[in-house]
Amino acid sequence: MSPSPVLAMRGIDKAFLGVPVLRSVDLDIEPGEVHALVGENGAGKSTLMKILAGVHTADAGTIELHGRAVSFTHPLQAQHAGIATVFQEFNLLPELSVAENLHLGREPRRRGLIDRRAMAERTAELLADLGVDDLAPAAKAGTLSVPRRQIVEIARAMSQGADLICMDEPTAALADAEVELLYRLVERLRDKGVSVLYVSHRLREIFDLCDRITVLKDGERVATVDTPDITPDELVTAMVGRRIEAVFPEPLPGTETGEVRLRVEGGGNAHVDGIDLEVRAGEIVGLAGLQGSGRTEVAEAVFGITPFTRGTVAVDGAPKRITGPRKAIAAGLALVTEDRKAQGLALNQSVKANARMVLDANARVHSRERLARIDGVLSGLDLVSQGGDQEVQYLSGGNQQKVVVAKWLAAEPGVIVLDEPTRGIDVGAKHKLYSAIRSLAAEGLAVLLITSELIEVIGLADRIVVLHDGRIAGELPAGATEQQVMAYATGRSPA
Amino acid sequence: MRHLRTASAALIGGGTGTVFALLAAIFIAVAFINPGFFEWPSLMAFLKQAAPLVILAAGQYFVIVSGNFDLSVGALVGAQVVIAAKLIDGEESRTLPVLGVMLLFGLGVGLVNGLITTALKVQSFITTLGMMLVLYGAIRLWTGGAPTGSLSEAFRGPGRRGIEGVPLIGEIPWAVLIMLGAGAAAIWLMRTRFGRILVATGDNDLAAELSGARTGTVRTVAFVFSGLSATVAGLLIGGYAGVSAQVGEGMEFTVITAVVLGGVVLGGGRGSVVAAMAGALTLEALFTLFNQMFLPASIRPSVQGAIIIAAVAYAAWRRTRRPVAATATVNADPS
Repeated sequence: MSPSPVLAMRGIDKAFLGVPVLRSVDLDIEPGEVHALVGENGAGKSTLMKILAGVHTADAGTIELHGRAVSFTHPLQAQHAGIATVFQEFNLLPELSVAENLHLGREPRRRGLIDRRAMAERTAELLADLGVDDLAPAAKAGTLSVPRRQIVEIARAMSQGADLICMDEPTAALADAEVELLYRLVERLRDKGVSVLYVSHRLREIFDLCDRITVLKDGERVATVDTPDITPDELVTAMVGRRIEAVFPEPLPGTETGEVRLRVEGGGNAHVDGIDLEVRAGEIVGLAGLQGSGRTEVAEAVFGITPFTRGTVAVDGAPKRITGPRKAIAAGLALVTEDRKAQGLALNQSVKANARMVLDANARVHSRERLARIDGVLSGLDLVSQGGDQEVQYLSGGNQQKVVVAKWLAAEPGVIVLDEPTRGIDVGAKHKLYSAIRSLAAEGLAVLLITSELIEVIGLADRIVVLHDGRIAGELPAGATEQQVMAYATGRSPA
Repeated sequence: MRHLRTASAALIGGGTGTVFALLAAIFIAVAFINPGFFEWPSLMAFLKQAAPLVILAAGQYFVIVSGNFDLSVGALVGAQVVIAAKLIDGEESRTLPVLGVMLLFGLGVGLVNGLITTALKVQSFITTLGMMLVLYGAIRLWTGGAPTGSLSEAFRGPGRRGIEGVPLIGEIPWAVLIMLGAGAAAIWLMRTRFGRILVATGDNDLAAELSGARTGTVRTVAFVFSGLSATVAGLLIGGYAGVSAQVGEGMEFTVITAVVLGGVVLGGGRGSVVAAMAGALTLEALFTLFNQMFLPASIRPSVQGAIIIAAVAYAAWRRTRRPVAATATVNADPS
């Protein structure tokens, strides 16, 4: 290896509110190298990249660029030091032209005025340099397709003299043909001696493009290897690797799977396609997949938030057109959303007011008997509060989640969709929720469990449906291994 | 100890309790300066005068707690009085039909405010500011600048007279009874499913929507209630003070001041309708106190402005020091 890497990160630590996200991570990037950063959801990839981009500051550790120590407290400092980052969300100004976006803040001037001709010429040169010959410098950025906007972002990074370009899931929004274009671009960058840090979930791209791979797991670096020295299977194993075994409750005795309560056939919309799902009474079906695979989108389509535009949905055998939450609730569905504070709770209101919200809002499920049972539902979930009049904002995350679950159970649904039900809650509350999910199934509910925690789907689900790129990549029975799930989730077939 | 703390926090903490403590303090000050204030006739006179603002405060509360504003109520009160005078034109027999017209007009203005705000997604501040200007302009255009016509005796009754000869106490003004009736209705409404969903919508409309609430509908209904309250207030003010071009001017700010004084948070989701009405009484009592201290009436707008700014600043400050459990987002999935 050459004596002076472009980048050397040493012992990077980062915690958010006391939760460690990165632990003593090292990362070296050589000149002209395409370096993949891989790991499961939550492994710390994005955080590491944001530290590099100056968005976050590391709690401990050093960063050296070309052998000189640097520390960034602002994204501009990272840019000036030669590190450019292309995030998933684009940073172009849609109303400005390609040329204007490329030169933003650094427009060539002549006698104090912007020299438009020089700007157009330079833009054409830059694009030609990247091997792009069909992109008009005068086109408005907002009218370009996603890959073309990406090209402009990369060209901008080049024009700023970046010698390290970080790309966060650059192909997440690209179709196959467009991926080819990105490949050529990355190869062109490598030929010019520019280093690329490539964050991706897609193993094929990693093996096609990258020279070396660094694997993060639970905030720690597991390995850095030369790509030829590792097989895709070994890489997946490294990503999931060892695990602290969590204890999951056994299925309750007497739990039987009955009739199909929720059936989706050929469901599709702008985000997902070809969704065939069946959840039976008493069954817990896990919906697994990596970030951006369409897990939440399936839940939102089933619940009518962004409805399916293709295919059919049937609840308890009856076909339903679910075009909004009210229709979903009337059909007997419930959705515990991913973000309980933004989507689940009215934080200034009392425990009671939140717990009866679904009953209050829907005449079709409202009844005195159900209202009277709310206290029982809350205590059945072991809610810890200072009473029903306490505002939910003062509850812990786990207890807030119990209120959300109670609000839905009050309506006595037949199908409950749980989207990341244990996100950000403590271990004790997690276990309580696991048992609650088990008893829901035992009572004959159909449970669709969406989670990014592989261990949760494996520990709880009777069947696991794995999504990849908005489609169902495969289905696994209970007892599947993390490797099998990850294989489908990364777009391959399990060995 | 804890109860003492929560009790004192309730009184001075800017929540619902504060306004009652403030009201008591002002009443004590008023009684100190003018011991005769609490005799039946003068107390009734005070309440009669305060009734329109209390009713408007209840209407405005519905709009504010759902996360909006209604700046058009002052102009609507003025428009109702002018419409009544012009259409009745001194004819007793026209009183009831004209009341019907006023009711439809008030509900209609509220409905338009609500639909523009919720269906067209125009900020309510802008919608109702526009409605305020439209009403002012339309009334001037229609009347040619100065209100014409006159109100009937029957129309002026509710604002002016009362039930006379009640044993032991004498007269009970109709305005006070209407105020109590409106207050009871508002309190009852807030205890219904509509009221709960209205507050939940003001607190977190996405959560309410995903729970199946018709957030646009309840918000529109809130505007309709505000229009209704302006209609009733117009009836009382017209009866009490008669017709002039200035009726209702600036009342939208007085009523918003009253509601925030009651601890109702601008932006929605917090505060009770009882406290909002108590805020209106408190503001009227404060103005009474100013009168007794011989302060000029021109001080009122400044006081109102200070109260609004203080209330909003307090709400903003409160948001920044919310408990960790509510704002900290421990992101367990920061990949």
